[in-house]
Amino acid sequence: MLEYYSIEALCSAAEQAHTTISALALADQAEQMETSEEELYAHMEKNLHVMMDAVHEGKNPDLRSASGLTGGDAAKMEAYAETGGLTGKFLNHAMARAIAVSEYNAAMGKIVASPTAGSCGILPGTVVSMLEEGRCDERSAVMSLFTAGAIGMVIAEKASIAGAQGGCQAECGSASAMAAAALVELSGGTPSQAAHACAIAIKNQLGLVCDPVAGLVEIPCIKRNVSGIAIAFTSAEMALAGIESKIPVDECVAAMRQVGDMLPCALKETAQGGLAATPTGLRLKKQVFGEK
Amino acid sequence: MNVFDIIGPVMIGPSSSHTAGAVRLGRVAWKILGERAVKAQIQLSGSFAHTYRGHGTDKALIAGIMGMHSDDERIRRSLSIAQEEGLLFSFTEEDIPGAHPNTARISLEGENGAGCVIQGASIGGGNILVSEINGMSVSFTGQYNTLLVLHYDKPGTIAAVTNFMAYSGTNIGNFRLSRPKKGGEAVMTIEVDGDVSDNLIQSLRILPNVINVVLIRAI
Repeated sequence: MLEYYSIEALCSAAEQAHTTISALALADQAEQMETSEEELYAHMEKNLHVMMDAVHEGKNPDLRSASGLTGGDAAKMEAYAETGGLTGKFLNHAMARAIAVSEYNAAMGKIVASPTAGSCGILPGTVVSMLEEGRCDERSAVMSLFTAGAIGMVIAEKASIAGAQGGCQAECGSASAMAAAALVELSGGTPSQAAHACAIAIKNQLGLVCDPVAGLVEIPCIKRNVSGIAIAFTSAEMALAGIESKIPVDECVAAMRQVGDMLPCALKETAQGGLAATPTGLRLKKQVFGEK
Repeated sequence: MNVFDIIGPVMIGPSSSHTAGAVRLGRVAWKILGERAVKAQIQLSGSFAHTYRGHGTDKALIAGIMGMHSDDERIRRSLSIAQEEGLLFSFTEEDIPGAHPNTARISLEGENGAGCVIQGASIGGGNILVSEINGMSVSFTGQYNTLLVLHYDKPGTIAAVTNFMAYSGTNIGNFRLSRPKKGGEAVMTIEVDGDVSDNLIQSLRILPNVINVVLIRAI
């Protein structure tokens, strides 16, 4: 059975067995959970479908969050994406998907916490984009979520996936690293390239604080899901180009933990610092919750 | 931890701690009540008290009390569903000294006169920590399938329960007994590996001195 303590170890195990991280993780999880691979695959397939439904529902222009602070931006992004924007239709549509799922979450829609609700737009923004834009088939998309999950398990074990513990780097940072690895696998890259993509994504979000306005999973979380997919794509592109992270991935994860421990409480989901403590952040808080 | 703790759970947003965890707390209270609730008084403490409206924590708790799961799309409308179904509810904000920031204290009355009071906290990632049931201190997180056996503190009751579990091949991972008063009402909190069959629960329920058996499934 595998231990999820090292991303490098996972990758070398996959390379030695001449297989993918996803196939390795699926076989191992079936063994650990005392069930069949088919059953786990079916469970993951359902999760992918929930992500796809959330992408669809979240694009409704009339969608608004429970607080009234957010909603409707995915529809704007979707309309703009058709123009191709600055970076092309693919990335713009992917951005629309990330916003859609994050806004749908804020509006009490059904999502897959991946790894958390606050970062739930990043795997749909990447993996569902690959599927819906015809870059992969559904089976590979489902499998790539096992890769993402295996990476996430190591990060959860060695660092954190909770904003209250590690800041946003632990939520959107982790999701982005997981997505980067999934993208490499979906593009036919090697497990070692996936590890480099993961390392690059973590490096680019190191120190990101968790400072939600009014303590709600909306501002700036929704837009950070978008930057999370951008970082996932650019990290995967670099790794696929053969660029390596000079700092090994497991050391990046350790650095994430250390940085998270050093972050003051005010910047870890308590809504006491950063954007939450700006005059506008405080005004919006008052608008939602009254004077208290 | 398994892969579905990372790619999952499927839940209604926006927050695993303020929404998904809150549904589970409400559901635990409903399961312990053992019948449809007609009245719910809920005290919210700490962060729950300050931010419950924006996170839909109120909707989530009421949804749980009506037996919904944390991925039920009716959660959004749970307050109006409660009104339609005749569940009276109230929320008060007050500090419970020493409690976790996301703590709720839920008092329920059932349609056939049952009552229960539970206190618990949502501790992140949809996980909960239940600390009190009907004045008895307990401690379970809901990360494992957990059997709660409410019973009278009489000799042989624990042995009978654990014997039945052994017979059904259910392995106990953790066992805790809370017994405020000798001979009075007591509760066993039993965390188990793997699944628990309905048959086992039914067999435990009819044992002498057992009042009720409730299974809280892991996420």
